[in-house]
Amino acid sequence: MGFPILSVMIFVPFIAGLVILFGTRQKPELSKQVALAASIIVLLMTFALWASYSLDQAGYQFIEYIPWLPDLGIAYHLGVDGLGIAMLVLTGLVVFTGVMVSWNINNRPHEFFAYLMFLATSVLGVFSSQDLFLLFFFLELAVFPKYLMIVIWGSPQTRKYGGMKLTLFLFIGSVIALVGALAIYFAAPERTFNLILLEQAGFSPDVQRLWFPFLFLGFAILGGIFPFHSWAPDGHVAAPTAISMLLAGVEMKVGVFAALRVAIMLLPQGAQYWANWILVLATINVIYGAFIAMIQKDFKYVIGFSSVSHMGLVLIGFASLNADGLMGAGLQMFSHGIMTALFFSIVGMVYDRTHTREIASLGGMVKVMPWAAVGFIIGGLVSMGMPGFSGFVAELPIYLGVWRVAPLVAIISALSIVITAAYILLTVRRVFFGELPENLDPNMPGISIKDKISIGLLSLFMIVIGIFPGLMVPLIESSVNHILTLLGGA
Amino acid sequence: MENTMLIWILLSPILAAIVILFLSEENKKLLRLVALGASLIPLILSIIVWVQFDPSKAGFQFEFTAPWFQAINSNFHFGIDGISLPMVLLTTILTPLAIWASFSVKDNVKAFMALFLFLETGALGVFISLDLLVFFLFWEIGLVPMYFLINQWGGNNRNYAALKFILITMGGSLGLLLSIQIIGLTTGTFDLIEIYQLWPSLTLAGLQKILPFGLSITTVKTIAFWAFVVAFAVKVPIWPVHTWLPDAHTEAPTAGSMILAGVLLKLGAYGFIRLVIPLFPQQAQQFATVLAVLATAAIIFGALSAFGQRDLKRLVAYSSINHMGFVVLGIAAMAYVGTSAEGALTQSATIAMNGAILQMFNHGLSSAGMFFLVGVIYDRAHTRQLDELGGLWAVLPKYGSTFVFMSMASLGLPGLNGFVSEFLIVRGAWHIFPLATALGMIGLFFTGAYVLKAIAGLLHGPRNERWINLSEMNLREIAIAAPLMVLILSIGVWPSWILDMINRAVSLFF
Amino acid sequence: MATNLLVILPEILLLILAGLILLLDVLYKDRSDSFFSWFTAIGLVLIGLISVFFNYPGDQRQLVWGGMLRVDTAGFVFRLLFVTGAAVTSLFAAKVKAIGNRAVFFALLVISTIGMSFMSSAADLIMLYLAIETTSIPMYILAGFSVKENNSVESGLKYLLFGAMASAVMLYGFSLLYGFSGTTQLYGIVEILQSGAVSLSLQLLILFLVIAGFGFKVSAVPFHFWAPDVYHGSPTPISGYLSTASKAAGFIVLMRFLFSAFSYQQTYWGLLIAIIATVTMFTGNLLALAQKNLKRLFAYSSIAHAGYILIGVAAGNHLGIKASMYYLIAYLFTNLAAFGVISIVERKKGSSEIEAFRGLVKSSPGLAIILLVSLLSLGGIPPFGGFISKVLVFASAAEANLIWLLLVGVLNSIIALYYYLQIIRITFEDTEEIDLIPVSKTWKFALGVCVTGIIVLGVIFTPWLNLVTTASTNLMLLH
Repeated sequence: MGFPILSVMIFVPFIAGLVILFGTRQKPELSKQVALAASIIVLLMTFALWASYSLDQAGYQFIEYIPWLPDLGIAYHLGVDGLGIAMLVLTGLVVFTGVMVSWNINNRPHEFFAYLMFLATSVLGVFSSQDLFLLFFFLELAVFPKYLMIVIWGSPQTRKYGGMKLTLFLFIGSVIALVGALAIYFAAPERTFNLILLEQAGFSPDVQRLWFPFLFLGFAILGGIFPFHSWAPDGHVAAPTAISMLLAGVEMKVGVFAALRVAIMLLPQGAQYWANWILVLATINVIYGAFIAMIQKDFKYVIGFSSVSHMGLVLIGFASLNADGLMGAGLQMFSHGIMTALFFSIVGMVYDRTHTREIASLGGMVKVMPWAAVGFIIGGLVSMGMPGFSGFVAELPIYLGVWRVAPLVAIISALSIVITAAYILLTVRRVFFGELPENLDPNMPGISIKDKISIGLLSLFMIVIGIFPGLMVPLIESSVNHILTLLGGA
Repeated sequence: MENTMLIWILLSPILAAIVILFLSEENKKLLRLVALGASLIPLILSIIVWVQFDPSKAGFQFEFTAPWFQAINSNFHFGIDGISLPMVLLTTILTPLAIWASFSVKDNVKAFMALFLFLETGALGVFISLDLLVFFLFWEIGLVPMYFLINQWGGNNRNYAALKFILITMGGSLGLLLSIQIIGLTTGTFDLIEIYQLWPSLTLAGLQKILPFGLSITTVKTIAFWAFVVAFAVKVPIWPVHTWLPDAHTEAPTAGSMILAGVLLKLGAYGFIRLVIPLFPQQAQQFATVLAVLATAAIIFGALSAFGQRDLKRLVAYSSINHMGFVVLGIAAMAYVGTSAEGALTQSATIAMNGAILQMFNHGLSSAGMFFLVGVIYDRAHTRQLDELGGLWAVLPKYGSTFVFMSMASLGLPGLNGFVSEFLIVRGAWHIFPLATALGMIGLFFTGAYVLKAIAGLLHGPRNERWINLSEMNLREIAIAAPLMVLILSIGVWPSWILDMINRAVSLFF
Repeated sequence: MATNLLVILPEILLLILAGLILLLDVLYKDRSDSFFSWFTAIGLVLIGLISVFFNYPGDQRQLVWGGMLRVDTAGFVFRLLFVTGAAVTSLFAAKVKAIGNRAVFFALLVISTIGMSFMSSAADLIMLYLAIETTSIPMYILAGFSVKENNSVESGLKYLLFGAMASAVMLYGFSLLYGFSGTTQLYGIVEILQSGAVSLSLQLLILFLVIAGFGFKVSAVPFHFWAPDVYHGSPTPISGYLSTASKAAGFIVLMRFLFSAFSYQQTYWGLLIAIIATVTMFTGNLLALAQKNLKRLFAYSSIAHAGYILIGVAAGNHLGIKASMYYLIAYLFTNLAAFGVISIVERKKGSSEIEAFRGLVKSSPGLAIILLVSLLSLGGIPPFGGFISKVLVFASAAEANLIWLLLVGVLNSIIALYYYLQIIRITFEDTEEIDLIPVSKTWKFALGVCVTGIIVLGVIFTPWLNLVTTASTNLMLLH
């Protein structure tokens, strides 16, 4: 075992969080700088992982294994495959930009950044876990930072409700999954939580069919599966900007990632048995989310519901259970993560200046913040699956995948493209173009250089992946190939 | 052989656009000059390609391939033949002219110029793509700058028009996307040249699992055919899915209308020629009559609607429907005959096809010219109502002459380009769709009527004293109109310089 | 004989400690106001260390004192648990009004610890009864210790009345058991019950009566009525002690009883306990939702936690017993920390209403974070002890195929998280006024011990789990 890069990456934010919480109480600037430094380290480390992941070898790499509770087969077991790397890079980007756009937080900043760092540790940990127990450990670590951040720094009208709803739904999802996890733990021939070993456990078809819904649905609730999606818009709207970014951009991916990593990969036959049901729910996600997004009056709710719609596509990709669908789902996880983080950051910037999120009372923001407008438009193009952007290279394979299993789903969910185009364009026009409403100060401050860097970085990734999908595809393909052998070998 | 020529044509506008984004908004003059200068690069390059192009060779030339999305077998595969080359040339000619024409734009010059160059890349990409997905990529991407051009610099009703434009076009492309997916799934590739070989003859029973709902391959092909037809028909636009066009044209800024009518409408027709007929020969043959009927409807209704307009710009917009109807008629003739028929019919079909492609080029020139002239008068009078205008020839003699020249090209006066192409179409289609062609010729009569109405309303009649002080066309405006007029005249007088190229390509392609 | 005395050495030392406390009360007048807290705590820790060095039975099981006591690791683990709990409690008692400098208070605390210590190793009905009473009587007094406060007096009286009734019921069960089996030895009764000498219905009656008695101790529904009022009224450190050590004592007795005398009737009591667990969890959690007073809320939450621990007992497998023990250890530190914070805040603000905790993070960030840690641990959130405990308990239910019970447990932890989060939100809210709360060194130390315990138990599992594995193995073996 070489340098424990994954552990270092996971615990750098955690330690930074502790330092901020206890060490820099009186120095708000220092808190921010520590958080920024930690997030840059994490970002660079995720890039390093991306660069040094060996595609020839594929499989799980950067493995770290320390027995933790050997009697029960629990170990501190880290490792990532291609998809995991993609998710880590996503996390690195979103955490970094989240810190950047939160620079203006002046109410109890040390707590804010400390909790943000804890949240980062939780997410990075889930993506790197190769032990089911460890995965839950990291997953539930996120409960209190996200709750506290929403109720303390969230939007005053809805934060109590939204924060509680979000936290409870996510907790419900994770405990339902825990039930399934415990059940398959005892059904396995060997008492172990080691995910790599459990892949080979060969669960009987009955076990797979019985427990798959628990594991999949439990985790998919975190990904906003219909009809358990309502936490997502409510929670994201109530949350402060950085948390909306992290929750919608990364936490929802945590849910679907775990659903794939645990439910589908450990119980492939279960997945095959239930795939049609997932397709039905996910298709409702896609269409329903898009329609509801279209009728929202609140800027942030539009984005909140668009996430529901887009995450439906990820689930559709999963449920197609073939190479194209899974690859598209992986790309969509990345693409949507970046896109929605960008959206929420811009919503936050607009709100900070206008103190309203009512679309009707906004307008003409392009004059105040052209960068934000361009960023939002690029995000919008990704969102509507415009070719040349990452959204297209992600959604196209999903459609290709689902054609093979359920053409009707492909056709119905494709409708969402037009609906999405409609609500995105309407929102862009109403918020950014037209006349600045009279009650708003035309000389309001523009956006800071940090905001511009965030917007630029996120936009860049969406465009680059759209034009050169080859940068990301092989990474995800290597994971998909592995999943396919599991599915085929089942 | 990898030839990067096309890549440079494709990328130079977008690179210029990026450069422009980093220039200061304050220096409007510089922005305009950079944009104009940059748009000349693809023009020069495409002229070089035109010269180097060998019309006698079958297949595509200047081919270029680079990996894009290898996981699903889609690559940046570009290439041109005698059909796409005139379209590329048309685009690269019209873009600098349109940019020059929009020197009068005052607001947000930076964004305007950048979007315009993006738009050029989008259009060029469609014409040179030899990969279905890449085709689709550029097809869609062109919508975005156009949407913003209309939405930001358009007329009073721009919001409605822009949204209608993009939603109807995207809605139309939805079927296209789904059909492209089906084709990709069944053939396992998106490369157009491979698909030309595989897809039309695809009858494999083993594909049953992939085909939706257990439909037969024929049914699937028919559905896909209609999906393609709808997508391209919306863009052309063919009656009855044309309703977005008058709104979009009327609201778009002058340069936007020029490109919209001159280039973007050609994308639809080009789609028919490049994709629909080669990929779905049987279906095309089967439904060619329907297409011909719709084309005739477009010719007649387009002309009648144009005649009914009071707004000069709307009139010109409807005239596009009328003219593009001829293009579709030519395409329908080609589709009907297909490759199977005996000599005489094939010859007619080839003639019709030649006419259609030439008509695309010609209409690009004349409609761009017309919209430009509408823009010129609107800039001065701030109205386009024919009722209010009138008697301007005496005030603006240069403008009047130019306008009459353009109108005559549009009307199909022998000696100008419109005549050549429309004659070819009518000549070719006569043997194939006698009735439709006959009706189309009646439509031609209405074309004369609305063109004359426009001339009468604008230039003749009682002079409104309001316009007595209007300024004459300035040098820039004359310089913009001049190249168009030269080309119009040259094709009218000596069409073979371009027609040879088209003719060979058509006979080799089909 | 020497070895025999050695096995009860810790208890003897505890008695000496109690005596010393009372003696010092008379002899050492000008002591500081946290003297007894430290004296008792250090004494308890020393006794704990002595018992670690001299009394660790390892894998041995041995009946001593004529079968009165059974020396095994289970008893050893719980004794340490009680001693630790008592030590922390005595630290929290420092400076608390009318308690902190009363030697009697600490002496009674130590004496009740002796009782608990015997409860954990009693192997004879008579010894068991004596141990329970030795524990309970001082506790009755402690609960009503603040004689000037009506609540406290009421609480002591209530505890006494309910306790007496429960003891009576339990004693009735004991008598029946003795009457029909002819022996008071738990490990002897099992052979007689197994031989079929006692009819099944009678056995079940006895089982029910005895469980009622133990259920009182662990505050399981429907024997929980005393808990909210007593927790609310008692001096806060005592509430903490009642909810942790006293509960743990009830559990070890329950487990030992079930796995000795009734070890062959697991099918019956398994179901009975499972039902009690379900009712307990729901009652505790649902009633906790409506509470306005933090101590009452913790009382109901404590009832609910008894329910979670009962899941492990109901599962009746090795993992279940192990899980229950681990849970009790983690719960000890967690709840003591929570009651410690409550006690400190209550002293400053004079109220334990939830409203008094609003904006605690401004008045004392440290206390707020400690309360956060303990609430999260109670909610079963990593990296705290409550997480692994819950996972283990749930796992045992899954292993025993009690999926319905597992789902009940899971559902309840969701309900519980709801009110824990509410409290967290209130303590972390922004408030205008900042009313700094002083925290003495003694309390800081005690809280530090608790938080360290919570985190260590939540991150490093193996040593502690090995210990409870030995304990549970030995507990479940008859010979």
